[in-house]
Amino acid sequence: MAATFFGEVVKAPCRAGTEDEEEEEEGRRETPEDREVRLQLARKREVRLLRRQTKTSLEVSLLEKYPCSKFIIAIGNNAVAFLSSFVMNSGVWEEVGCAKLWNEWCRTTDTTHLSSTEAFCVFYHLKSNPSVFLCQCSCYVAEDQQYQWLEKVFGSCPRRNMQITILTCRHVTDYKTSESTGSLPSPFLRALKTQNFKDSACCPLLEQPNIVHDLPAAVLSYCQVWKIPAILYLCYTDVMKLDLITVEAFKPILSTRSLKGLVKNIPQSTEILKKLMTTNEIQSNIYT
Amino acid sequence: MFVPCGESAPDLAGFTLLMPAVSVGNVGQLAMDLIISTLNMSKIGYFYTDCLVPMVGNNPYATTEGNSTELSINAEVYSLPSRKLVALQLRSIFIKYKSKPFCEKLLSWVKSSGCARVIVLSSSHSYQRNDLQLRSTPFRYLLTPSMQKSVQNKIKSLNWEEMEKSRCIPEIDDSEFCIRIPGGGITKTLYDESCSKEIQMAVLLKFVSEGDNIPDALGLVEYLNEWLQILKPLLLHSKTNSRVSRQPTEWEKFANYASDKGIISRIYKELK
Repeated sequence: MAATFFGEVVKAPCRAGTEDEEEEEEGRRETPEDREVRLQLARKREVRLLRRQTKTSLEVSLLEKYPCSKFIIAIGNNAVAFLSSFVMNSGVWEEVGCAKLWNEWCRTTDTTHLSSTEAFCVFYHLKSNPSVFLCQCSCYVAEDQQYQWLEKVFGSCPRRNMQITILTCRHVTDYKTSESTGSLPSPFLRALKTQNFKDSACCPLLEQPNIVHDLPAAVLSYCQVWKIPAILYLCYTDVMKLDLITVEAFKPILSTRSLKGLVKNIPQSTEILKKLMTTNEIQSNIYT
Repeated sequence: MFVPCGESAPDLAGFTLLMPAVSVGNVGQLAMDLIISTLNMSKIGYFYTDCLVPMVGNNPYATTEGNSTELSINAEVYSLPSRKLVALQLRSIFIKYKSKPFCEKLLSWVKSSGCARVIVLSSSHSYQRNDLQLRSTPFRYLLTPSMQKSVQNKIKSLNWEEMEKSRCIPEIDDSEFCIRIPGGGITKTLYDESCSKEIQMAVLLKFVSEGDNIPDALGLVEYLNEWLQILKPLLLHSKTNSRVSRQPTEWEKFANYASDKGIISRIYKELK
């Protein structure tokens, strides 16, 4: 409870997330029916990694099955568009598998037949060098699914001889700084790297006390704990939907070791990107 | 599970483990930040589980350009071997249904690592106090039976107030009395589990409300210090430059958000 400035007493939300205390008590009083419902929901939310052709589940994690020297992960539609235009169009990439998952953010209630036009998470490797992997993840992976995703992709025997690069976006209002947010040159890049990542980033590192969460944080945490060299490039933007300027803000990464040798024709890629934008634009103004 | 930063796990036999409970006002976590930062404890490993919401950021205790780029995750372990202290810091909230498994994993690590005792820093909703509690100090302590045997005399000499029992179901007049810590997160679970597993555990908590909880954290650390004497007496005024307690660098931006609830609390809120 808290008294506001105007003297009314309101129930202040508890920052520590302990509103779920009731849940703890319920856990002790859980009936078999409650338990069944909870397990059913957990099964519905399970993350499954499927092989491309056969659509059967992979029996081991992706990186236990295939050797990997480089892994580039794009999370979010702008990062995905960047890799699509600049990296995937510069080489021949073969789909290896995809992750299927459902949560409340998915626009469909059908968990078994998610079409590829809806949010997806697909894994590719480079035909000319199959140890180079790429993941295009434009679906939201909920917090109870993030560790499952890690388990299915990285497995429980982490290998240190690979390099991970993660690209994602966040809204500029999440960026904490003593400057006024109006003066920030958005979109702009920041990076976070693990202890074992020895190369330099192409942009400044993320200043304290900024933090990252969701899937990018889950991957980076895993890499930090298991001493895998990894770098996260974070683009702070004021437009979260697909936007040309935001995607182009990732361009400095093209000159880094992470993407070395994977990008061929930049002008052509820029053209492809522009086309991608126009096909996704919804034509509307208040007069039509 | 505990994953060391170096190649081998450090020897924690006989150490005192300090840890926060994610509780109202994040007081325990703020107090841990203060302790780790002031004592300049060094990171020795991570407590990696699937129970906490993932988060990463750069070193919140950075003092130089060099150490400001070390990555920090949601559950890290620091130590000060000269004082036989080990500290666990938790920076995010629990994933649904995972708080009990976390307690089990944590206590099993406490046992296997050989830590002598655990001290949990926590807080409880101040609006849930009864009349007697309103008139007394806002600090309380709780000891597990095995801890009571070793420190009861010391605690008695400090004139501390033990956490009172209250009705299990407040609305029902004839319900039993038990220890309740509303707003304390996993505090009660940890306490109960430690009692049954015969782990020496002490809970130190303060009755607080949500808001600017940095003064509450300072108070809780002073309370702990009355017992452990690990820090020189702290100054209450956080703005003085000659402060004996060193606030983590990430708290610096708090000064610019005077009307806000503080950066740390915003960070922890963001993760809710």
